[in-house]
Amino acid sequence: MATGHDDHHHGPAKGFTRWLYTTNHKDIGSMYLWFSFAMFLLGGSFALVIRAELFQPGLQFVDPNFFNQMTTMHGLVMVFGAVMPAFVGLANWMVPLMIGAPDMALPRMNNWSFWILPFAFAMMSSTLFMDGGGPNFGWTFYAPLSTTFAPKSVTFFIFAVHMMGASSIMGSINIIATIQNLRAPGMTYMKMPLFVWTWLITAYLLIAVMPVLAGVVTMMLFDIHFGTSFFSAAGGGDPVLFQHVFWFFGHPEVYIMILPAFGVVSEIIPTFSRKRLFGYDSMVYATSSIAFLSFIVWAHHMFTTGMPLAGELFFMYSTMLIAVPTGVKVFNWITTMFKGSISFETPMLFSIAFVVLFTMGGFTGLMLAIAPADFQYQDTYFVVAHFHYVLVPGAVFSIMAAAYYWLPKWTGNMYDESLGKLHFWLSFVGINVLFFPQHFLGLAGMPRRVPDYALQFANFNMISSIGAFLFGFSQLLFLFIVIKTVKGGKKATTQVWEGAEGLEWTVPSPAPYHTFSTPPPIK
Amino acid sequence: MLPSLSVNTITSFFNAVSRRYRRILLVLTLVFGSPALLADWALNMREGITEVSRETYSLHMTIIWICVAIGVVVYGVLVYSLFAYRKSKGAVPAKFNHNTTAEIIWTFIPFVILIAMAIPSTRVLMKIYDTEDAVMDIQITGYQWRWQYKYLSDKGAPVVYFSNLATPAEQYENFAGKVSAEKGENYLLEVDQPLVIPVNKKVRFLLTSADVIHAWWMPDFAIKKDAIPGFMNQAAVIAEKPGIYRGQCAELCGRMHGFMPIVVEVKEQADYDAWFAAKQAAAQAVADMTSKEFNREQLVEMGQTVYTTYCMACHQANGQGLPPTFPALAGSKVANGPIEGQLDVVLHGRKGTAMAAFGTQLSPVDIAAVITYERNSFGNKMGDMATPLQVYQLQQAK
Ligand code: HEC
Ligand SMILES: [Cu+2]
Repeated sequence: MATGHDDHHHGPAKGFTRWLYTTNHKDIGSMYLWFSFAMFLLGGSFALVIRAELFQPGLQFVDPNFFNQMTTMHGLVMVFGAVMPAFVGLANWMVPLMIGAPDMALPRMNNWSFWILPFAFAMMSSTLFMDGGGPNFGWTFYAPLSTTFAPKSVTFFIFAVHMMGASSIMGSINIIATIQNLRAPGMTYMKMPLFVWTWLITAYLLIAVMPVLAGVVTMMLFDIHFGTSFFSAAGGGDPVLFQHVFWFFGHPEVYIMILPAFGVVSEIIPTFSRKRLFGYDSMVYATSSIAFLSFIVWAHHMFTTGMPLAGELFFMYSTMLIAVPTGVKVFNWITTMFKGSISFETPMLFSIAFVVLFTMGGFTGLMLAIAPADFQYQDTYFVVAHFHYVLVPGAVFSIMAAAYYWLPKWTGNMYDESLGKLHFWLSFVGINVLFFPQHFLGLAGMPRRVPDYALQFANFNMISSIGAFLFGFSQLLFLFIVIKTVKGGKKATTQVWEGAEGLEWTVPSPAPYHTFSTPPPIK
Repeated sequence: MLPSLSVNTITSFFNAVSRRYRRILLVLTLVFGSPALLADWALNMREGITEVSRETYSLHMTIIWICVAIGVVVYGVLVYSLFAYRKSKGAVPAKFNHNTTAEIIWTFIPFVILIAMAIPSTRVLMKIYDTEDAVMDIQITGYQWRWQYKYLSDKGAPVVYFSNLATPAEQYENFAGKVSAEKGENYLLEVDQPLVIPVNKKVRFLLTSADVIHAWWMPDFAIKKDAIPGFMNQAAVIAEKPGIYRGQCAELCGRMHGFMPIVVEVKEQADYDAWFAAKQAAAQAVADMTSKEFNREQLVEMGQTVYTTYCMACHQANGQGLPPTFPALAGSKVANGPIEGQLDVVLHGRKGTAMAAFGTQLSPVDIAAVITYERNSFGNKMGDMATPLQVYQLQQAK
């Protein structure tokens, strides 16, 4: 995706060292994006193992223990390897271009925070080949299943999580430093594009909770190797403590994966509606309130652990509250389209699908907030359907929308619009065939994370698996489209999209290796 | 809720159409799965058989309808905009990007809806949390991968037993396309001994675990509670209809998490009393068995059954285990060494590994039998035996 434009005396170096030593935000952004796509395919192939096993009742392909490794690794790779790095990649490319900065504020650290990742994931994936297998305790790694009862490779898993955490923290420090210090003169906070705003808030969330994650895995490490009993009741510890600490990280984490997505669609919808974003201020306030609320709802993941009634009620009410700012966002997006002049290029299609399907996930989220009803939903396929609706047509669709939207700016070439639309429709149909039936499965009583199931769940599982393969293989088309665009295609203009506004559309396409060496004027 | 298609409806429909169409229907049936697979298209939660489960169900339906109503409005405006304001139809964009009134209204209305939902939810939750005044207590302990039920009453012999998956491995092991047994009607949802409770009585469950976290989930009671090692959770039920109800463990608990079902049989009081008396008598008989003499062949034969139920999941039917996680017993130093060593492992487990302490789970006869079986099977030829009395004394010594 990166471009080799030698218009300054110091263009990019040649060969592999360009990528190894680069401190250029565009190079690093591209590396993040390619890396995350590779992880998306890896995590996706784990998911296909799961869906193949669940195609029919009975154990056909994998041992239950390997099945558990697949569910665990699928979750870890998708969350930490695909979605988060993709958004960091987008931030690297776009934040400097959107605020008129020459680069990220801390370019060397930027290089380091990227290059940690391939090693972290190589280490984590290698556990699959170790004696006793890889992590098999779910991406939420509840103790004591992940401590006393874990395979030996858990130590490598812990170290890999430490590395990913370090990478994320450095990435977010960099984003905060860039946004707060390098905005072009005249770009006040309330003039920043929403993508920049949502990333600023996300970066603060990351700094707040990644250390908590590091803490909880370190406590595990001590329980496993140094004889402590943080999470072992036999030694005076508390397995539920693990869940509190994990979800204190874990709940903000899910907003870390969705806030930048809000930012992306808030850029794209106005462009293709040819109308300013409705309610900019309230978007900023809504994002901030969601970020705040994300810190006080964590135990809604733990309604069945036997919390006291008062705790149960507090977390039920606070969780329900999240519906208010989330609703504001959805209403704003729709009102932006209302009385606009809408066209349906691929990024817009993905963004509209985002609004529709993310809202579906929001509805089921509201249902899950109702604690008594949650007793029936918790740990079933209903929850699986819920969070995949917010993460796949939510986060992942927004990343694809962003890729199509900015690809012409990155490569200087237009992507093939009809192939892009084909990719969209295949993904849209695939995703719904895949996840919609899972709502029914969960309500009818199918628990999650099981390799086999009772006969009454057979039909919807089969349908779901068909959708999974359709969605999975459609993503190869995406790879093809991107490569084709990098290689050539219709030349993109500077403006690219008729309705686009913002500084990134004032630099040529492809964006030169160095941009905004002198700050642009802000109206 | 759509009506669920039963095999019978399909067959009667099948017979009703004329011969000519049968072929087409047959093909369609094959395309969409065998008739057994067509049997269920359940879409929604079950209402269950308790007051709490019905109220939970109605909360669930209320919130669904609220979401549907909001969805109709939101998606309606969206779809309308997408059609009415298309650039290809020459739409000219309006200039507004702000409207304080609208923004206040759509912040306020959801707020009101939420409060309207919070009130009944709070009421139901308080009812669920009321576990006082139960007529009986049953302790439920999660084990990898079975449930133990212990009736906490002080009269007579204690009633404690394990409830194991009853579906034989031949039904679920279909590796490489192997189908050695037809899957039964209650595939993976059947156990050897269900939990039995009386109808219309408040029964309190005390939940805990012996190893990792499990969750005891009975959809028809709207009970899902975690069973956590070192903790005691509570839940209560007043079941209103006799019958057999099925659920599953709901918290990932290791390799066989998908294979630890829960079956509860709700009986009329008289039937329950008779069942309980029989259980107590059986418990007494087990105690008596401990002092009985067995020979090696008898123990090996009994031991095979115990092994299949309690040990096979890890050590495998042929005793080869799944190294390195689960060691082989065939040729193992322990099963071919001094018998005291094996008694120690089986009675007390190995701390920090998946090998549990079976001394608290199995009767002396069962332990003596399974140890004797292991020492004289899978090619192990020790020719010796453990006696129930020996096991009993070791259990008491602890
Ligand atoms: C949950 C899985 C599991 C189950 C069920 C299980 N075991 Fe084990 N067993 C293990 C593991 C793991 C070890 C090895 C422990 C270690 O690392 O020292 C083991 C070790 C043993 C050993 C010692 C073998 C050796 O060579 O060190 C014996 C004997 C044994 N088990 C007997 C039994 C019997 C009898 C049963 C059934 C009553 C049983 N096990 C059920 C997991 C299991
Ligand atoms: Cu379990």
